[in-house]
Amino acid sequence: MALFVAKRLVALVLTLLVASFLIYGSLYLAPGDPATQLAGGRATPEVLEQIRERYQLDEPFLTRYWDWLTNVLQGDLGQSFVYRQDVSSLLAPRVGNTVFLVLYAALLILGVGVTLGLASALRRRVGSVVTAATAIGMATPAFVAAIVLITVFAVNLGWFPVFGAGTGFLGRLWHLTLPAVALAFAWVAYVTQITKASVREELSREHVETARSRGIPPRLIVRRHVFRNALIPITTVAGLTVAGLIAGAVVVEQAFGISGLGSFLVQAASQKDFAVVQAIALLLVATFVIANAIVDLLNGLLDPRLRLTGSG
Amino acid sequence: MAGEVALSGAGARAGSRRRRRDWVMVACATFIVVIVAVALLAPWIAPHDPNQVDIVASHEAPSASHPLGTDALGRDLLSRLIWGARLSLLGPALIVVIATVVGTTIAILAAWMGGWFDGVTSRVLDILFAFPGLIFAILAVALFGPGLVAPVIALSIAYLPYDARVLRSVALRERNLPYIQACYVEGLPTSAITTRHLLPNILPFVFVQATLSFGYALVDLAAVSYLGLGVAPPTPEWGLMVANGQASILAGYPEESLYAGLLIVLTVVSFNLLGDRLATRFSVRAQ
Repeated sequence: MALFVAKRLVALVLTLLVASFLIYGSLYLAPGDPATQLAGGRATPEVLEQIRERYQLDEPFLTRYWDWLTNVLQGDLGQSFVYRQDVSSLLAPRVGNTVFLVLYAALLILGVGVTLGLASALRRRVGSVVTAATAIGMATPAFVAAIVLITVFAVNLGWFPVFGAGTGFLGRLWHLTLPAVALAFAWVAYVTQITKASVREELSREHVETARSRGIPPRLIVRRHVFRNALIPITTVAGLTVAGLIAGAVVVEQAFGISGLGSFLVQAASQKDFAVVQAIALLLVATFVIANAIVDLLNGLLDPRLRLTGSG
Repeated sequence: MAGEVALSGAGARAGSRRRRRDWVMVACATFIVVIVAVALLAPWIAPHDPNQVDIVASHEAPSASHPLGTDALGRDLLSRLIWGARLSLLGPALIVVIATVVGTTIAILAAWMGGWFDGVTSRVLDILFAFPGLIFAILAVALFGPGLVAPVIALSIAYLPYDARVLRSVALRERNLPYIQACYVEGLPTSAITTRHLLPNILPFVFVQATLSFGYALVDLAAVSYLGLGVAPPTPEWGLMVANGQASILAGYPEESLYAGLLIVLTVVSFNLLGDRLATRFSVRAQ
């Protein structure tokens, strides 16, 4: 187990390093002078000089990358030249909303998705309805779910606010319910489908037949012999879900006018505020990579066999 | 992203289903043919110019002249949806073609050469997996400016690893089959074996993978337009129409957003279900 964890950690650090290198290096792929790029396209010569100094653009590339990386690790994410402010101080007030939204959606996905999946695998009549619903659910982009929810629940029924993130825990809960549902929508369908397939497959296994023939109560069979084995594909999908939620949060925050990392990323991208884009992209990608590593570790805990073979 | 799962789990529920006519598949294929025809024939079948503004006719109810009504600027909704099909389908088609061609090439090379080449490409693909497609596309827009080109290229790269990974395992399995080994023993050159024997036999899987990717590419690209980072208004495009119509929802006119959203969902459902069914059929034949 220790070796398994160590291998995963090394892979994790390597992936993070390469990803950060790509995000940093992408700046130099863009046409034109990186200083102009960083300045957001409308810079006076003094500002350009300031940027060259701050980013040490005259130093070799690798030196600059290393400086940037060490700064990032110390919490210094650079400076936005559109806002003339530290990026970290711009991100701080926005992180909360995004984290709240993503966690809220993740809870919905796991709760509703796994329950529906189990129900449809165990009861055939529920099954066919759920199959049709998941096909449509999986094809519904978050922004389409968002406008349907806004039309029905915010405008026509007036139960929820149309936009904003609210303050305090309850205010947030109320404001972010529709966004979280919109964000979770397609993934609930996906998790339902995976859970259903995986539980069905376990149900037809020999050890389950044996347990049934020995008269073990169905409830116990499902809990002890089916569910635990069926969890492995489900946790794997949970890793994919995190990627989807991170990308989806960008869209949903925009749709509901929530001030979060995602909507700020879109704003920064259209303003060419590259320091901000870089910082947020790095944060999101790092979150995704770490979440996937955690999923790998969880799978290793659930299924000891993976610790031996699953090094990939 | 569901491609891998669909392919690996597909063989399970095949069997007796195969002989019966599959109405879901027929419906999906028909819808796709119709929507593609509509996109191609847009100039001839659209009742109005999609960009013809008529402020007086703002938010008109459906009528003989405007079968689906008009948007906030009095433009004919049906015509905008019809014209919108063009860019909404062209973008994902480009993404899928680029990702599939490059992905298949990488997959065959990796499966055939093995060794360090396989190892290096697998690592590179693993790292590409770390970038959610949409984030990659936004990064590209920040660098190269909004439009169709930057997001399409970015999403093609983001979709590469999914295609390459699935097809590599298919090619690897095929490579060890007797007929390929026979070609090898006969002394055929590698290029001939891979292009004339290996490629045609994995082509069904390539096709399935492309069909499945199409829906996701459409969703991602429409999201880029929705965020205002893709094609610029007043270009008719479904994702852009959803965003554009959102302001009217508060005024009680959700039609523009809902129609465009519905078309996106129907198109994606059709491609996903068709891809799933094809995957089942091909994997049955392969067994």
